[in-house]
Amino acid sequence: MNIVTTLALIVSSTFVYSAPLILTALGGVYSENSGIVNIGLEGIMTMGAFSSIVFNLTFASTFGKATPWIGALVGGICGLTFSLLHAVATINFHANHVISGTVLNLMAPPLGVFLIKAIYDKGQTENITQNFGYFTIPGLANIPIIGPIFFKNTSAPAWCAILISILLWWVLYKTRFGLRLRSCGENPQAADTMGIHVYAMRYAGILISGFMGGLGGAVFAEAISGNFSVSTIVGQGFMALAAVIFGKWNPLGAMWASLFFGFAQSLSIIGNQLPLISKIPSVYMQIAPYVITVVVLVLFFGKSVAPAADGVNYIKSK
Amino acid sequence: MIKVSPKIKRILVPIISIIAGFLVGAIIMLIWNYNPIQAYSSMFASALGNMNGIGETIREASPLIFTAIGFAIASKAGFFNIGLPGQAQAGWLTSIWIVLAYPNMPKIILLPLAIIVGTIAGALVAGVAGYLRAQFGTNEVITTIMLNYIVLYTCQYLMQQVMSPNLRIDTDTTKNISSNGSLKINWLTNMFGGSRINAGIFLALVAIIIYWFLMKKTTMGFEIKSVGANPFASRYAGMSSKKNIILSMLLSGSFAGLGGVVQGLGTYQNYFTQTTSLDIGWDGLSVALLGGSTTIGILLAAILFSILKIGGLGMQTIAGIPYEIVSIVIAAIIFFVAISYVIGLLFKTKDKKNNYQQPQRKERGPNNGIDGSNIEVGKKGQI
Repeated sequence: MNIVTTLALIVSSTFVYSAPLILTALGGVYSENSGIVNIGLEGIMTMGAFSSIVFNLTFASTFGKATPWIGALVGGICGLTFSLLHAVATINFHANHVISGTVLNLMAPPLGVFLIKAIYDKGQTENITQNFGYFTIPGLANIPIIGPIFFKNTSAPAWCAILISILLWWVLYKTRFGLRLRSCGENPQAADTMGIHVYAMRYAGILISGFMGGLGGAVFAEAISGNFSVSTIVGQGFMALAAVIFGKWNPLGAMWASLFFGFAQSLSIIGNQLPLISKIPSVYMQIAPYVITVVVLVLFFGKSVAPAADGVNYIKSK
Repeated sequence: MIKVSPKIKRILVPIISIIAGFLVGAIIMLIWNYNPIQAYSSMFASALGNMNGIGETIREASPLIFTAIGFAIASKAGFFNIGLPGQAQAGWLTSIWIVLAYPNMPKIILLPLAIIVGTIAGALVAGVAGYLRAQFGTNEVITTIMLNYIVLYTCQYLMQQVMSPNLRIDTDTTKNISSNGSLKINWLTNMFGGSRINAGIFLALVAIIIYWFLMKKTTMGFEIKSVGANPFASRYAGMSSKKNIILSMLLSGSFAGLGGVVQGLGTYQNYFTQTTSLDIGWDGLSVALLGGSTTIGILLAAILFSILKIGGLGMQTIAGIPYEIVSIVIAAIIFFVAISYVIGLLFKTKDKKNNYQQPQRKERGPNNGIDGSNIEVGKKGQI
């Protein structure tokens, strides 16, 4: 294998594994910046994966090549609906964010499998026929060296995710909505005094995270696993949560962190095709994202990077 | 609005949560054309209708009691130990490994050794999170979640690459342990119609008593509780918050590890590669939340969830309803426990304090009452 094909292999598989992480982590960033801890990302991804697979299996013949893209949107909407549970519980009913998020994680896999059993009468779906596959960006792919590595046979959802993260960074830091959202995560009392509707902002934060998480789950299901079963989403959501922290609660940071985690994950899978890497036990690649997150948390202590009121319920006084 | 005393309210909230959880399950079943009455009746019938079912239910409850105590201790100290699955898994693998490595050691040494090693393994995993929390203020929710996955993949690696092939059947399953390290008791198994019930339940009952004694009767428990209730006041009273953070996490992890030990040496008699974080961890968390971290509450909640889980298997075969409905019901119950604030609004507590008129202080001393709040400063010239 020459260097270009080796790099192309690494980059394309990194992209494939990063795309769901980027999307979900962006959701986590929005939720946490609005002041709601969302450890239910895993459950939201599961619902996204479930609904997109069902949609894909049902409508593959109708929509043809567009099916996975529409399926991803369906997954996003399903994730958004599911995250309403978390929103109502934490914002209106003063529930503890960690418990409520855990409920999402406990609820989603059995609910998904129950519905699969109710619809298809078996615990695991068929493989989908229309998946994301590989995509060559016309024009850019012809650039020497860079073209084959980054733009040829690459993952289209990953490039979309990168563009979305730039967009969401702009929204969070350059628009009035973003400023208001962040103020609700930093100091809800002050935000309320200034006339910002804290509850509405926090709803926005969670619902965006539900949509993005659902999208992430759908992309994972339709690009990597290809079907839905109880073990489709295993730890992806928690890895996205890790990316939120590693990325210091910033959309672009979360994107880079997700790319890095995607890289580690893909190395643990394609590693044995590569010289040098194949000698390292894959366990190091598998646990790398989690270990790095803990280390980063320890190192960043003292530089308060998390939103100040993250995880604190805001109860409006009458 | 019903008027109740705060004590009754504390009991009513979980009961209403349970009923609401069952209703959610029933509604979901109705939507998909299953008969909820048939489901729930076959569930209870198969869990409690014969000796084998009862034995299995008790067997299922034992590890849950341990993991629930683990969660409860950490939450008394003000922490969320989400890492129960990882801690239990560490306990499970190490205890099985010890027994497999020394199969011929006398039972009286081997069994306690395996239990202790498993306990320590669980404690160490939680201790990492506790140490980081105490030393660097790292959020324990995140560290314990991350540790779950670190343990999950490390155990896979240890199992597949490090463990001697002589101890395994294949890369994913170990051999069965010798009877010298097993918690199985023959007369108990025979009494309960050949179920997998084992000495774990006795250990669990002892653990509940230890937990009660620790929290209610010892200085250690008092310090853990007060650090959880108010870390600043505890420090002012001369308690070391760092010491108590680490201590509570170590205790929490050791109980979770014991849960894994009981699961391994009692239920399965071997270890097999896990692909997701352990159920008993999450279920233990649910048990502790429903039981409100009280001794009786944990015991009852563990039994209830075991009935659901064991009965669910029967329900699947008898009524043909997917087993997953059980986990949905459990998750729904915990959801209602989480929003107990709303359930609490249904009741008005009789507040006895309202009848008691607090004596009005006129003015406080010069330094805001720190050196004696009851010193009244009267009018000029009186002192």
